[in-house]
Amino acid sequence: MKMTTPLSKNRSIHFSPGSIIMGKWHQKQYQIIKPLGYGARGTVFLANSEKGRVALKFGFDNSGVTSEVNVLNKFSKVQGEPLGPSLYDVDDWVTKKGTYSFYAMEYINGIPLMDCIKVRGFEWAIVFLLQLLKDLGRLHEAGWVFGDLKPDNLVVTGPPLKIRWLDVGGTTMLGRSIKEYTEFFDRGYWGFGTRKAEPSYDLFSATMIIVNAADGYQLKKGQHPEKQLTQHILQHKKLAPYSEVLIKALYGKYATAEDMRKALLPKLNETHTKERRNTNVKPIRRKNKKKEWKGPMILASVILLAYVLYVTLFIM
Amino acid sequence: MKKGRLKQVLLITDGCSNQGEDPSAVAALAKEQGIAVNVIGVVNEDQTADGGIQEVEDIALAGGGISQIVQTKQLSQTVQMVTRQAMTQTIQGVINQELQQILGDQDSMDDLPPEKRGQVMEVVDELGETVNLEVCILVDTSASMEKKLPTVHEALLDLSISLNSRMGSNQFCLYTFPGKRKPIDKLLSWTPKIDSISNVFSKLASGGITPTGPALKEALKSFDKRPRRDFVEDDDAFIEES
Repeated sequence: MKMTTPLSKNRSIHFSPGSIIMGKWHQKQYQIIKPLGYGARGTVFLANSEKGRVALKFGFDNSGVTSEVNVLNKFSKVQGEPLGPSLYDVDDWVTKKGTYSFYAMEYINGIPLMDCIKVRGFEWAIVFLLQLLKDLGRLHEAGWVFGDLKPDNLVVTGPPLKIRWLDVGGTTMLGRSIKEYTEFFDRGYWGFGTRKAEPSYDLFSATMIIVNAADGYQLKKGQHPEKQLTQHILQHKKLAPYSEVLIKALYGKYATAEDMRKALLPKLNETHTKERRNTNVKPIRRKNKKKEWKGPMILASVILLAYVLYVTLFIM
Repeated sequence: MKKGRLKQVLLITDGCSNQGEDPSAVAALAKEQGIAVNVIGVVNEDQTADGGIQEVEDIALAGGGISQIVQTKQLSQTVQMVTRQAMTQTIQGVINQELQQILGDQDSMDDLPPEKRGQVMEVVDELGETVNLEVCILVDTSASMEKKLPTVHEALLDLSISLNSRMGSNQFCLYTFPGKRKPIDKLLSWTPKIDSISNVFSKLASGGITPTGPALKEALKSFDKRPRRDFVEDDDAFIEES
Protein backbone atom coordinates (compact mmCIF):
# COMPACT_ATOMS: atom_id res chain seq x y z
CA MET A 1 0.00 0.00 0.00
CA LYS A 2 1.48 3.26 -1.04
CA MET A 3 1.19 6.09 1.41
CA THR A 4 2.43 9.63 1.20
CA THR A 5 5.75 9.71 3.04
CA PRO A 6 4.60 9.54 6.61
CA LEU A 7 6.12 11.72 9.28
CA SER A 8 7.41 9.73 12.16
CA LYS A 9 5.19 9.99 15.18
CA ASN A 10 6.02 12.10 18.20
CA ARG A 11 8.33 14.13 16.11
CA SER A 12 8.25 17.77 16.96
CA ILE A 13 7.78 20.25 14.16
CA HIS A 14 10.12 23.21 14.05
CA PHE A 15 10.20 25.95 11.43
CA SER A 16 12.43 28.94 11.84
CA PRO A 17 10.96 32.44 11.67
CA GLY A 18 10.79 33.63 8.08
CA SER A 19 10.19 30.17 6.59
CA ILE A 20 7.83 30.27 3.65
CA ILE A 21 5.05 27.69 3.60
CA MET A 22 3.34 26.98 0.30
CA GLY A 23 0.13 24.96 0.08
CA LYS A 24 0.01 22.14 -2.48
CA TRP A 25 -3.71 22.34 -3.24
CA HIS A 26 -4.68 25.98 -2.85
CA GLN A 27 -1.32 27.61 -3.59
CA LYS A 28 -1.58 30.03 -0.69
CA GLN A 29 1.60 31.30 0.85
CA TYR A 30 2.45 31.84 4.51
CA GLN A 31 5.49 33.20 6.30
CA ILE A 32 6.26 31.90 9.78
CA ILE A 33 6.63 34.57 12.46
CA LYS A 34 7.06 32.47 15.58
CA PRO A 35 5.80 29.32 17.29
CA LEU A 36 2.76 29.82 19.54
CA GLY A 37 2.61 26.44 21.19
CA TYR A 38 3.74 22.84 21.05
CA GLY A 39 0.94 20.37 21.75
CA ALA A 40 0.48 16.64 21.91
CA ARG A 41 -0.95 16.56 18.40
CA GLY A 42 0.99 19.26 16.63
CA THR A 43 2.55 22.69 16.65
CA VAL A 44 0.87 26.05 16.16
CA PHE A 45 2.72 28.96 14.55
CA LEU A 46 1.90 32.59 14.11
CA ALA A 47 2.26 33.46 10.44
CA ASN A 48 1.70 36.22 7.94
CA SER A 49 -0.65 35.59 5.06
CA GLU A 50 -2.46 37.62 2.44
CA LYS A 51 -5.26 37.91 5.00
CA GLY A 52 -2.94 39.26 7.67
CA ARG A 53 -1.85 37.38 10.76
CA VAL A 54 -3.11 33.85 11.09
CA ALA A 55 -2.43 30.83 13.28
CA LEU A 56 -1.06 27.84 11.35
CA LYS A 57 -1.47 24.43 12.87
CA PHE A 58 0.74 21.56 11.72
CA GLY A 59 -0.30 18.13 12.92
CA PHE A 60 1.84 15.07 13.52
CA ASP A 61 -0.58 13.01 11.49
CA ASN A 62 -3.05 13.75 8.72
CA SER A 63 -6.03 12.23 10.42
CA GLY A 64 -5.67 14.53 13.42
CA VAL A 65 -5.56 17.62 11.23
CA THR A 66 -8.48 16.39 9.16
CA SER A 67 -10.60 15.72 12.27
CA GLU A 68 -9.91 19.18 13.65
CA VAL A 69 -10.74 20.81 10.34
CA ASN A 70 -14.02 18.90 10.27
CA VAL A 71 -14.85 20.28 13.70
CA LEU A 72 -13.94 23.86 12.77
CA ASN A 73 -16.14 23.55 9.69
CA LYS A 74 -19.04 22.44 11.88
CA PHE A 75 -18.42 25.34 14.26
CA SER A 76 -18.67 27.84 11.45
CA LYS A 77 -22.21 26.64 10.77
CA VAL A 78 -23.43 27.49 14.29
CA GLN A 79 -25.37 30.74 14.22
CA GLY A 80 -24.35 33.84 16.11
CA GLU A 81 -20.96 34.85 17.44
CA PRO A 82 -18.19 32.50 16.31
CA LEU A 83 -17.60 29.66 18.78
CA GLY A 84 -14.06 28.72 17.96
CA PRO A 85 -11.40 30.28 15.75
CA SER A 86 -12.57 30.82 12.16
CA LEU A 87 -11.06 28.44 9.62
CA TYR A 88 -9.35 30.03 6.60
CA ASP A 89 -7.50 27.32 4.70
CA VAL A 90 -6.59 23.63 4.76
CA ASP A 91 -3.64 22.32 2.78
CA ASP A 92 -0.54 20.16 2.57
CA TRP A 93 3.01 21.43 2.43
CA VAL A 94 5.27 19.11 0.46
CA THR A 95 8.91 19.23 1.50
CA LYS A 96 11.87 16.97 0.87
CA LYS A 97 11.47 15.56 4.37
CA GLY A 98 7.84 14.67 3.90
CA THR A 99 4.37 16.10 3.63
CA TYR A 100 2.98 18.25 6.41
CA SER A 101 -0.77 18.69 6.73
CA PHE A 102 -1.80 22.05 8.10
CA TYR A 103 -4.63 24.48 8.42
CA ALA A 104 -4.81 28.24 8.80
CA MET A 105 -7.20 29.77 11.28
CA GLU A 106 -8.00 33.04 12.98
CA TYR A 107 -5.26 34.16 15.35
CA ILE A 108 -6.92 34.78 18.70
CA ASN A 109 -4.66 37.07 20.65
CA GLY A 110 -5.67 36.73 24.27
CA ILE A 111 -4.43 36.12 27.78
CA PRO A 112 -4.38 32.56 29.12
CA LEU A 113 -7.47 32.05 31.29
CA MET A 114 -5.63 31.24 34.52
CA ASP A 115 -3.29 34.23 34.22
CA CYS A 116 -6.26 36.49 33.74
CA ILE A 117 -8.08 35.16 36.80
CA LYS A 118 -4.91 35.41 38.88
CA VAL A 119 -4.53 39.08 38.02
CA ARG A 120 -8.15 40.15 38.14
CA GLY A 121 -9.49 38.05 40.97
CA PHE A 122 -11.67 35.00 41.44
CA GLU A 123 -14.96 36.85 40.88
CA TRP A 124 -14.00 36.93 37.22
CA ALA A 125 -13.74 33.15 37.17
CA ILE A 126 -17.47 32.98 37.83
CA VAL A 127 -18.16 35.59 35.14
CA PHE A 128 -16.11 33.53 32.67
CA LEU A 129 -18.00 30.42 33.73
CA LEU A 130 -21.28 32.14 32.87
CA GLN A 131 -19.91 33.15 29.46
CA LEU A 132 -18.58 29.64 28.91
CA LEU A 133 -21.93 28.08 29.80
CA LYS A 134 -23.67 30.29 27.28
CA ASP A 135 -21.32 29.18 24.49
CA LEU A 136 -21.48 25.55 25.58
CA GLY A 137 -25.26 25.72 25.41
CA ARG A 138 -25.07 26.81 21.78
CA LEU A 139 -22.54 24.11 20.96
CA HIS A 140 -24.64 21.39 22.60
CA GLU A 141 -27.73 22.56 20.76
CA ALA A 142 -25.81 22.20 17.51
CA GLY A 143 -25.19 18.55 18.43
CA TRP A 144 -21.61 18.70 19.75
CA VAL A 145 -19.73 18.33 23.00
CA PHE A 146 -16.46 20.19 23.56
CA GLY A 147 -14.71 17.28 25.28
CA ASP A 148 -11.26 18.42 26.26
CA LEU A 149 -12.36 21.54 28.14
CA LYS A 150 -9.45 22.92 30.19
CA PRO A 151 -7.71 26.24 30.88
CA ASP A 152 -5.04 25.53 28.24
CA ASN A 153 -7.74 25.53 25.57
CA LEU A 154 -9.23 28.85 26.70
CA VAL A 155 -8.09 32.45 26.43
CA VAL A 156 -9.56 35.76 27.43
CA THR A 157 -9.79 38.51 24.83
CA GLY A 158 -10.92 42.09 25.20
CA PRO A 159 -11.84 44.39 26.88
CA PRO A 160 -14.71 43.75 27.13
CA LEU A 161 -13.34 40.56 28.59
CA LYS A 162 -14.64 37.50 26.82
CA ILE A 163 -13.62 33.87 27.12
CA ARG A 164 -12.74 32.26 23.78
CA TRP A 165 -12.00 28.71 22.69
CA LEU A 166 -8.58 28.06 21.22
CA ASP A 167 -8.24 24.36 20.59
CA VAL A 168 -11.32 22.50 19.47
CA GLY A 169 -9.62 19.21 18.63
CA GLY A 170 -11.52 17.25 21.28
CA THR A 171 -14.97 18.20 20.06
CA THR A 172 -17.13 15.12 19.71
CA MET A 173 -20.56 14.45 18.26
CA LEU A 174 -23.29 14.03 20.91
CA GLY A 175 -23.74 10.41 21.93
CA ARG A 176 -20.29 9.25 20.86
CA SER A 177 -17.33 8.69 23.17
CA ILE A 178 -15.07 11.57 24.15
CA LYS A 179 -12.06 11.62 21.80
CA GLU A 180 -9.61 13.50 23.97
CA TYR A 181 -9.50 14.51 27.57
CA THR A 182 -7.18 15.72 30.30
CA GLU A 183 -7.30 13.74 33.50
CA PHE A 184 -7.96 16.52 36.00
CA PHE A 185 -10.94 17.80 33.98
CA ASP A 186 -12.24 14.35 33.04
CA ARG A 187 -15.37 12.92 34.62
CA GLY A 188 -14.18 9.34 34.15
CA TYR A 189 -10.89 9.98 35.93
CA TRP A 190 -12.64 11.25 39.05
CA GLY A 191 -15.17 8.41 39.01
CA PHE A 192 -18.17 10.65 38.39
CA GLY A 193 -19.40 8.90 35.27
CA THR A 194 -18.73 7.77 31.73
CA ARG A 195 -16.87 9.36 28.85
CA LYS A 196 -19.99 9.58 26.76
CA ALA A 197 -20.27 12.87 24.88
CA GLU A 198 -23.25 14.53 26.55
CA PRO A 199 -23.76 18.09 27.85
CA SER A 200 -23.13 17.03 31.46
CA TYR A 201 -19.62 15.87 30.50
CA ASP A 202 -18.67 19.44 29.55
CA LEU A 203 -20.39 20.82 32.66
CA PHE A 204 -18.18 18.59 34.82
CA SER A 205 -15.04 19.94 33.11
CA ALA A 206 -16.28 23.53 33.41
CA THR A 207 -16.76 22.98 37.15
CA MET A 208 -13.25 21.56 37.49
CA ILE A 209 -11.87 24.65 35.77
CA ILE A 210 -13.44 26.73 38.56
CA VAL A 211 -12.01 24.38 41.22
CA ASN A 212 -8.61 24.72 39.56
CA ALA A 213 -8.95 28.52 39.43
CA ALA A 214 -9.92 28.75 43.11
CA ASP A 215 -6.94 26.67 44.21
CA GLY A 216 -4.39 27.97 41.77
CA TYR A 217 -3.10 24.41 41.46
CA GLN A 218 -4.53 21.02 40.50
CA LEU A 219 -5.80 18.99 43.40
CA LYS A 220 -4.31 15.48 43.60
CA LYS A 221 -6.79 12.64 43.35
CA GLY A 222 -7.04 10.66 46.59
CA GLN A 223 -8.44 7.28 47.55
CA HIS A 224 -12.06 8.44 47.58
CA PRO A 225 -12.25 11.01 44.81
CA GLU A 226 -16.01 11.54 45.00
CA LYS A 227 -16.02 12.46 48.70
CA GLN A 228 -12.75 14.33 48.31
CA LEU A 229 -14.08 16.66 45.61
CA THR A 230 -17.39 17.46 47.26
CA GLN A 231 -15.71 18.11 50.63
CA HIS A 232 -13.11 20.26 48.97
CA ILE A 233 -15.78 22.45 47.36
CA LEU A 234 -17.86 22.72 50.55
CA GLN A 235 -14.88 23.74 52.64
CA HIS A 236 -13.27 26.11 50.19
CA LYS A 237 -13.77 29.77 51.03
CA LYS A 238 -14.04 30.81 47.37
CA LEU A 239 -16.11 27.84 46.21
CA ALA A 240 -18.52 27.41 49.12
CA PRO A 241 -20.95 30.17 47.99
CA TYR A 242 -21.45 28.27 44.72
CA SER A 243 -21.08 24.77 46.19
CA GLU A 244 -24.69 23.75 45.60
CA VAL A 245 -24.46 24.43 41.87
CA LEU A 246 -20.91 23.14 41.45
CA ILE A 247 -21.59 19.83 43.19
CA LYS A 248 -24.81 19.30 41.24
CA ALA A 249 -22.81 19.91 38.06
CA LEU A 250 -20.21 17.33 39.08
CA TYR A 251 -22.96 14.76 39.53
CA GLY A 252 -24.43 15.57 36.12
CA LYS A 253 -27.68 16.91 37.57
CA TYR A 254 -27.98 19.67 34.98
CA ALA A 255 -29.30 18.45 31.65
CA THR A 256 -28.21 21.60 29.82
CA ALA A 257 -25.63 24.33 30.19
CA GLU A 258 -28.48 26.83 30.38
CA ASP A 259 -29.92 25.04 33.44
CA MET A 260 -26.60 25.36 35.22
CA ARG A 261 -26.27 28.99 34.19
CA LYS A 262 -29.72 29.79 35.51
CA ALA A 263 -28.93 28.11 38.82
CA LEU A 264 -25.65 29.95 39.12
CA LEU A 265 -26.90 33.49 38.52
CA PRO A 266 -28.81 33.95 41.80
CA LYS A 267 -25.78 32.64 43.72
CA LEU A 268 -23.65 35.28 42.11
CA ASN A 269 -25.87 38.05 43.37
CA GLU A 270 -25.97 36.65 46.90
CA THR A 271 -22.24 36.73 47.46
CA HIS A 272 -20.23 39.76 48.41
CA THR A 273 -16.53 40.04 48.21
CA LYS A 274 -15.18 41.67 51.32
CA GLU A 275 -11.59 41.43 50.32
CA ARG A 276 -9.96 44.60 49.20
CA ARG A 277 -9.46 44.77 45.51
CA ASN A 278 -5.98 45.61 44.49
CA THR A 279 -6.21 44.60 40.89
CA ASN A 280 -8.17 45.58 37.82
CA VAL A 281 -7.82 49.31 38.48
CA LYS A 282 -4.44 50.87 38.96
CA PRO A 283 -3.53 50.90 42.63
CA ILE A 284 -4.48 54.23 44.11
CA ARG A 285 -1.42 55.96 45.39
CA ARG A 286 -2.15 57.42 48.76
CA LYS A 287 -0.22 60.53 49.31
CA ASN A 288 -1.96 61.56 52.47
CA LYS A 289 -2.33 58.63 54.80
CA LYS A 290 -4.40 60.57 57.27
CA LYS A 291 -7.14 61.22 54.79
CA GLU A 292 -10.61 60.41 56.04
CA TRP A 293 -11.58 56.78 55.48
CA LYS A 294 -15.10 57.66 54.39
CA GLY A 295 -13.91 58.59 50.89
CA PRO A 296 -12.59 55.15 49.95
CA MET A 297 -15.62 53.55 51.61
CA ILE A 298 -17.98 55.51 49.36
CA LEU A 299 -15.79 54.74 46.38
CA ALA A 300 -15.83 51.05 47.25
CA SER A 301 -19.60 50.95 47.54
CA VAL A 302 -19.95 52.78 44.23
CA ILE A 303 -17.64 50.28 42.54
CA LEU A 304 -19.56 47.39 44.11
CA LEU A 305 -22.86 48.88 42.97
CA ALA A 306 -21.51 49.44 39.49
CA TYR A 307 -20.25 45.86 39.40
CA VAL A 308 -23.60 44.44 40.52
CA LEU A 309 -25.34 46.60 37.93
CA TYR A 310 -22.92 45.41 35.27
CA VAL A 311 -23.56 41.82 36.17
CA THR A 312 -27.34 42.21 36.24
CA LEU A 313 -27.49 44.18 33.02
CA PHE A 314 -24.93 42.49 30.85
CA ILE A 315 -24.69 38.97 32.06
CA MET A 316 -28.35 38.36 32.75
CA MET B 1 -21.11 -0.62 4.72
CA LYS B 2 -21.27 -3.61 7.03
CA LYS B 3 -19.97 -3.23 10.52
CA GLY B 4 -17.13 -5.55 11.30
CA ARG B 5 -15.11 -6.17 14.39
CA LEU B 6 -11.62 -5.10 15.21
CA LYS B 7 -9.25 -7.44 16.94
CA GLN B 8 -6.39 -6.15 19.04
CA VAL B 9 -3.82 -7.50 21.42
CA LEU B 10 -2.65 -5.03 24.05
CA LEU B 11 0.69 -6.06 25.48
CA ILE B 12 1.89 -4.25 28.60
CA THR B 13 5.48 -5.03 29.51
CA ASP B 14 8.60 -3.42 30.88
CA GLY B 15 11.45 -5.09 29.18
CA CYS B 16 13.19 -7.72 27.20
CA SER B 17 11.85 -11.12 26.48
CA ASN B 18 14.31 -13.88 27.19
CA GLN B 19 12.56 -17.12 26.43
CA GLY B 20 10.94 -18.79 23.46
CA GLU B 21 10.33 -17.55 19.96
CA ASP B 22 10.88 -14.00 18.75
CA PRO B 23 7.87 -11.91 19.81
CA SER B 24 8.12 -9.82 16.62
CA ALA B 25 7.67 -12.97 14.53
CA VAL B 26 4.59 -13.90 16.53
CA ALA B 27 3.29 -10.37 16.12
CA ALA B 28 3.76 -10.59 12.36
CA LEU B 29 1.78 -13.82 12.46
CA ALA B 30 -1.00 -12.01 14.33
CA LYS B 31 -1.08 -9.30 11.69
CA GLU B 32 -1.57 -11.93 9.02
CA GLN B 33 -4.64 -13.10 10.90
CA GLY B 34 -6.07 -9.59 11.04
CA ILE B 35 -5.11 -8.99 14.66
CA ALA B 36 -3.23 -5.79 15.48
CA VAL B 37 -0.64 -5.99 18.24
CA ASN B 38 -0.19 -2.85 20.34
CA VAL B 39 2.61 -2.65 22.85
CA ILE B 40 3.00 -0.35 25.81
CA GLY B 41 6.44 -0.28 27.40
CA VAL B 42 6.23 0.84 31.02
CA VAL B 43 9.52 2.33 32.16
CA ASN B 44 10.81 3.83 35.39
CA GLU B 45 11.57 7.50 35.44
CA ASP B 46 15.30 6.87 35.48
CA GLN B 47 15.17 4.32 32.67
CA THR B 48 16.54 5.42 29.32
CA ALA B 49 16.45 3.88 25.88
CA ASP B 50 17.74 0.33 25.83
CA GLY B 51 17.08 -3.01 24.18
CA GLY B 52 13.75 -3.43 25.94
CA ILE B 53 12.40 -0.28 24.38
CA GLN B 54 13.59 -1.30 20.92
CA GLU B 55 11.79 -4.60 21.33
CA VAL B 56 8.56 -2.82 22.23
CA GLU B 57 8.69 -0.84 18.99
CA ASP B 58 9.66 -3.85 16.89
CA ILE B 59 6.77 -5.96 18.12
CA ALA B 60 4.18 -3.26 17.38
CA LEU B 61 5.69 -2.55 13.97
CA ALA B 62 5.59 -6.22 13.04
CA GLY B 63 2.10 -6.56 14.49
CA GLY B 64 0.63 -3.63 12.57
CA GLY B 65 -0.15 -1.88 15.83
CA ILE B 66 1.04 1.08 17.82
CA SER B 67 3.72 1.25 20.45
CA GLN B 68 4.29 3.75 23.18
CA ILE B 69 6.92 4.00 25.88
CA VAL B 70 5.46 5.51 28.98
CA GLN B 71 6.35 6.25 32.57
CA THR B 72 4.18 4.47 35.08
CA LYS B 73 2.20 7.54 36.15
CA GLN B 74 1.06 8.37 32.62
CA LEU B 75 -0.13 4.87 31.91
CA SER B 76 -3.90 5.39 32.09
CA GLN B 77 -4.19 7.96 29.35
CA THR B 78 -1.69 6.12 27.18
CA VAL B 79 -3.57 2.84 27.29
CA GLN B 80 -6.81 4.37 26.03
CA MET B 81 -5.00 6.56 23.50
CA VAL B 82 -3.04 3.67 22.00
CA THR B 83 -6.15 1.52 21.76
CA ARG B 84 -8.07 4.29 20.03
CA GLN B 85 -5.25 5.23 17.67
CA ALA B 86 -4.77 1.62 16.70
CA MET B 87 -8.45 1.35 15.86
CA THR B 88 -8.25 4.44 13.66
CA GLN B 89 -5.10 3.11 12.01
CA THR B 90 -6.67 -0.23 11.20
CA ILE B 91 -9.84 1.37 9.86
CA GLN B 92 -7.81 3.79 7.76
CA GLY B 93 -5.77 0.92 6.40
CA VAL B 94 -8.94 -0.83 5.26
CA ILE B 95 -10.39 2.36 3.80
CA ASN B 96 -7.15 3.05 1.96
CA GLN B 97 -7.39 -0.38 0.38
CA GLU B 98 -10.95 0.30 -0.68
CA LEU B 99 -9.93 3.68 -2.07
CA GLN B 100 -7.17 2.09 -4.09
CA GLN B 101 -9.63 -0.31 -5.60
CA ILE B 102 -11.90 2.57 -6.55
CA LEU B 103 -9.38 5.22 -7.52
CA GLY B 104 -6.46 3.20 -8.79
CA ASP B 105 -3.13 2.08 -7.44
CA GLN B 106 -1.58 5.32 -6.41
CA ASP B 107 -4.24 6.89 -4.30
CA SER B 108 -4.59 6.64 -0.56
CA MET B 109 -6.49 8.89 1.79
CA ASP B 110 -3.50 11.19 2.13
CA ASP B 111 -3.41 11.82 -1.60
CA LEU B 112 -6.95 13.17 -1.67
CA PRO B 113 -7.58 16.91 -1.59
CA PRO B 114 -8.26 18.15 1.96
CA GLU B 115 -12.01 18.55 1.37
CA LYS B 116 -12.47 14.94 0.27
CA ARG B 117 -10.16 13.77 3.03
CA GLY B 118 -12.51 15.38 5.53
CA GLN B 119 -15.41 13.33 4.24
CA VAL B 120 -13.40 10.12 4.42
CA MET B 121 -12.32 10.98 7.97
CA GLU B 122 -15.95 11.29 9.02
CA VAL B 123 -16.50 7.75 7.86
CA VAL B 124 -13.39 6.63 9.77
CA ASP B 125 -14.64 8.36 12.93
CA GLU B 126 -18.07 6.84 12.52
CA LEU B 127 -16.65 3.34 12.11
CA GLY B 128 -14.29 3.79 15.05
CA GLU B 129 -17.23 4.70 17.20
CA THR B 130 -19.58 1.94 16.16
CA VAL B 131 -17.34 -1.00 15.28
CA ASN B 132 -17.28 -3.95 17.66
CA LEU B 133 -13.95 -4.25 19.39
CA GLU B 134 -12.14 -7.21 20.88
CA VAL B 135 -9.10 -6.54 23.01
CA CYS B 136 -6.98 -9.30 24.41
CA ILE B 137 -4.91 -7.75 27.19
CA LEU B 138 -1.61 -9.39 28.01
CA VAL B 139 0.21 -8.15 31.09
CA ASP B 140 3.81 -8.91 31.99
CA THR B 141 3.81 -9.83 35.67
CA SER B 142 7.44 -10.77 35.97
CA ALA B 143 9.12 -9.64 39.20
CA SER B 144 10.32 -6.29 37.85
CA MET B 145 6.74 -5.26 37.13
CA GLU B 146 5.59 -5.68 40.71
CA LYS B 147 5.47 -2.02 41.69
CA LYS B 148 3.80 -1.05 38.43
CA LEU B 149 0.89 -3.47 38.67
CA PRO B 150 -1.47 -1.30 40.75
CA THR B 151 -1.14 1.38 38.07
CA VAL B 152 -1.69 -1.19 35.31
CA HIS B 153 -4.84 -2.25 37.12
CA GLU B 154 -6.06 1.35 37.31
CA ALA B 155 -5.21 1.94 33.65
CA LEU B 156 -7.27 -1.08 32.59
CA LEU B 157 -10.28 0.09 34.58
CA ASP B 158 -9.85 3.45 32.90
CA LEU B 159 -9.71 1.80 29.48
CA SER B 160 -12.98 0.10 30.27
CA ILE B 161 -14.60 3.49 31.05
CA SER B 162 -13.41 4.87 27.71
CA LEU B 163 -14.35 1.93 25.55
CA ASN B 164 -17.68 1.33 27.21
CA SER B 165 -18.60 4.94 26.40
CA ARG B 166 -18.46 4.00 22.71
CA MET B 167 -21.54 3.04 20.74
CA GLY B 168 -20.04 -0.23 19.52
CA SER B 169 -19.75 -3.28 21.72
CA ASN B 170 -16.54 -4.36 23.43
CA GLN B 171 -15.11 -7.66 24.54
CA PHE B 172 -12.05 -7.97 26.73
CA CYS B 173 -10.01 -10.86 27.96
CA LEU B 174 -7.03 -10.72 30.25
CA TYR B 175 -3.91 -12.86 30.47
CA THR B 176 -0.75 -12.53 32.50
CA PHE B 177 2.65 -14.00 31.81
CA PRO B 178 4.76 -15.87 32.76
CA GLY B 179 2.15 -18.36 33.94
CA LYS B 180 2.66 -20.96 36.61
CA ARG B 181 3.19 -23.94 34.35
CA LYS B 182 2.24 -22.54 30.96
CA PRO B 183 3.51 -19.44 29.16
CA ILE B 184 0.41 -17.51 30.25
CA ASP B 185 -2.36 -17.64 32.85
CA LYS B 186 -5.89 -16.65 32.01
CA LEU B 187 -7.36 -14.19 34.50
CA LEU B 188 -10.50 -13.26 32.65
CA SER B 189 -12.22 -14.82 29.66
CA TRP B 190 -14.12 -12.74 27.12
CA THR B 191 -16.39 -10.29 28.85
CA PRO B 192 -17.82 -6.87 28.00
CA LYS B 193 -16.55 -5.36 31.27
CA ILE B 194 -13.17 -5.38 32.94
CA ASP B 195 -14.53 -4.03 36.20
CA SER B 196 -14.22 -7.48 37.66
CA ILE B 197 -10.45 -7.63 37.79
CA SER B 198 -9.89 -6.29 41.29
CA ASN B 199 -6.99 -8.04 42.97
CA VAL B 200 -6.27 -10.28 40.02
CA PHE B 201 -2.69 -9.15 39.94
CA SER B 202 -1.96 -10.43 43.41
CA LYS B 203 -0.37 -13.64 42.18
CA LEU B 204 3.04 -12.59 41.00
CA ALA B 205 5.52 -14.75 39.24
CA SER B 206 9.02 -14.61 40.57
CA GLY B 207 12.18 -15.39 38.69
CA GLY B 208 13.70 -13.78 35.68
CA ILE B 209 11.95 -15.38 32.75
CA THR B 210 9.93 -13.28 30.36
CA PRO B 211 8.56 -15.51 27.61
CA THR B 212 6.93 -12.72 25.60
CA GLY B 213 6.85 -14.62 22.31
CA PRO B 214 5.19 -17.81 23.58
CA ALA B 215 2.80 -15.73 25.71
CA LEU B 216 1.73 -13.71 22.69
CA LYS B 217 1.22 -16.90 20.71
CA GLU B 218 -1.04 -18.33 23.39
CA ALA B 219 -2.97 -15.07 23.62
CA LEU B 220 -3.73 -15.17 19.88
CA LYS B 221 -5.58 -18.44 20.38
CA SER B 222 -8.04 -16.64 22.62
CA PHE B 223 -9.63 -15.05 19.56
CA ASP B 224 -10.84 -18.47 18.46
CA LYS B 225 -12.53 -19.04 21.80
CA ARG B 226 -14.46 -15.83 21.62
CA PRO B 227 -18.17 -16.24 22.34
CA ARG B 228 -20.31 -15.63 19.31
CA ARG B 229 -23.58 -14.66 20.89
CA ASP B 230 -22.79 -10.96 21.11
CA PHE B 231 -22.35 -10.58 17.43
CA VAL B 232 -24.54 -10.81 14.41
CA GLU B 233 -24.32 -14.00 12.41
CA ASP B 234 -22.68 -12.64 9.29
CA ASP B 235 -19.99 -10.62 10.99
CA ASP B 236 -17.26 -11.75 8.65
CA ALA B 237 -17.10 -8.16 7.50
CA PHE B 238 -14.33 -6.54 5.60
CA ILE B 239 -12.34 -5.35 8.57
CA GLU B 240 -11.33 -8.85 9.50
CA GLU B 241 -9.82 -9.41 6.12
CA SER B 242 -7.45 -6.50 6.42
